[in-house]
Amino acid sequence: MKLDVQLRKRQGQFNLSSNFNISGERIGLFGPSGSGKSTLSQLIAGLISPDEGTICLNDQYLFCSKRKINLAAEKRRIAVVFQQAHLFPHLSVEDNLLFGAKRIAKADRKINFNDLVKVLDISHLLKRSVTKLSGGERQRVGLGRALLASPKLLIFDEPLSALDQKLKDQVIPYLRKTLRRFSIPYLYISHSLHEVRLLTDQVIHFTGNGKIQEVTDAEKLARRRMADTQSSGYMNHLTLENPREVGSLLAYQWGSNEMLLTDHQHPQSGLFEVSSKDILLFKNHPRAISARNLLKATVNELIPKGGNVGIRLDCNGEELIAQTVREAAIELNIEVGTCVFLAIKASSFRRVA
Amino acid sequence: MPVLTPTDLQALWLSVKVAGVATFLTLPPAFLVAWALEFSKVRGRALFDGLVNLPLVLPPVVIGYLLLLLFSRQGIIGKLLSQLNIQIVFTWKAAVVACIVLSLPLVVRSIRLGMVQIDPQLLAAARCLGATRLDALFSIILPLCIPALATGATLAFARSLGEFGATIILAGNIPGVTQTIPLAIYDYTNSPGGEQGALTLCLISIGLSYLMLLFSEVVLSRFRRNDSR
Repeated sequence: MKLDVQLRKRQGQFNLSSNFNISGERIGLFGPSGSGKSTLSQLIAGLISPDEGTICLNDQYLFCSKRKINLAAEKRRIAVVFQQAHLFPHLSVEDNLLFGAKRIAKADRKINFNDLVKVLDISHLLKRSVTKLSGGERQRVGLGRALLASPKLLIFDEPLSALDQKLKDQVIPYLRKTLRRFSIPYLYISHSLHEVRLLTDQVIHFTGNGKIQEVTDAEKLARRRMADTQSSGYMNHLTLENPREVGSLLAYQWGSNEMLLTDHQHPQSGLFEVSSKDILLFKNHPRAISARNLLKATVNELIPKGGNVGIRLDCNGEELIAQTVREAAIELNIEVGTCVFLAIKASSFRRVA
Repeated sequence: MPVLTPTDLQALWLSVKVAGVATFLTLPPAFLVAWALEFSKVRGRALFDGLVNLPLVLPPVVIGYLLLLLFSRQGIIGKLLSQLNIQIVFTWKAAVVACIVLSLPLVVRSIRLGMVQIDPQLLAAARCLGATRLDALFSIILPLCIPALATGATLAFARSLGEFGATIILAGNIPGVTQTIPLAIYDYTNSPGGEQGALTLCLISIGLSYLMLLFSEVVLSRFRRNDSR
């Protein structure tokens, strides 16, 4: 998917001017609330029109003020998943799902209904009225409805921000699974670094005043966040596999290492996060500690951030970032190439997908 | 025990017929007018709005007289219709025309109340899923307006049952042809010894109105139940 946007839009006191050119399949729009992300999504979807400029998707003009082109929203084939699911209250779940699919040519339907319903785990809800769905179910139906329209571009406009943390954690795995299974290019708008990291490859970073700061990726943004002492540190994402029970804990494989976790709810492979602040470093092997995971690692890189130091570690080929205050790094005499021991409590892991 | 005369029965039947046909014919144009006023960007909306609402504030007799001018043989519409051999004035159809004009603003108002409650984001979602404005009008707006339409229909039916001023001018007061219940009551009160007859028709009016309220309540509650299936 190729998206070329050069536009200006004035809305009351707010002046949005966007110039970017990006190609990719999984793109994030990241920035604080009020930075014009949602306005931009409405402009691309055709729900509002720019004052001037061009919007080009896959080399086709959606809007061009000079050539007087303004393709109607219903002709752009850009589906939007909104903050609220905005399901049609008079239709059943099934009729909601098929709303967009019925309005495109058969040849354009790329997504199999039964497959999608299975992946989203909503097959038991099809005959139900949408007024009888939970928040998480509503968002899954909203996602399914948008996907079944087989859009050229799918826009997520803060799709999870109306859900509480527990529901977010439930919906994210569905999003990841579904978006990987059905390859539809998408633009994911969010102010949550966590979501953007889990769901996108490239990120357009907005600053507070509607200006685009840079085109980067979520990983870089996450590392930069380490300097912020208020934040919960850098979140390491670990793909853990093949769980087996060890006493009251679960042992997962992490590359050639083994990790012990307390997570007993769904003993299955998945993506877990652990904060850089929850990793303890030792210069020498500690004889006895309460933390259940003790690994030997080599320091690959030191990333000074304000009063903190991020320490990129290599644990038998797997990467992990720990962080300490600068004084601790000096005291432990940590340099690139030194060997350290790291300890992580079994309860510090959180499943994210 | 009050007894219904054949004229009373005719008046009852005529009232129901006129009110029913008028209600049925008012709903589609009222829906389109409400949509135009609420969703479209037509120029001169305020003027159009005023025109539609005029019958609500004008005396019905004035409306009746204006309609008489339009529909008489020399009137703009009357001339056209007489070429097609259609006679409106002083027939029951004239009563229907009067009722449509007078109930249109009421129905438009109630449908608009229903329309403003529709989340505009639903329409945005429909457009992004490929629905044109016309498509969304029938696939989203119309079904969501059913309760408002039911309320509007109740109002139109009630307004039509009670119509007097415009009807008597445009349709006249001909027993068995254009005499509805209000006109029959008027006749009774003007003739000596007519008190009994007037009272009987009053009771019938009450019964009819009550039935109609019941009907609208049933429709609304069924819709609510469907909504929370």
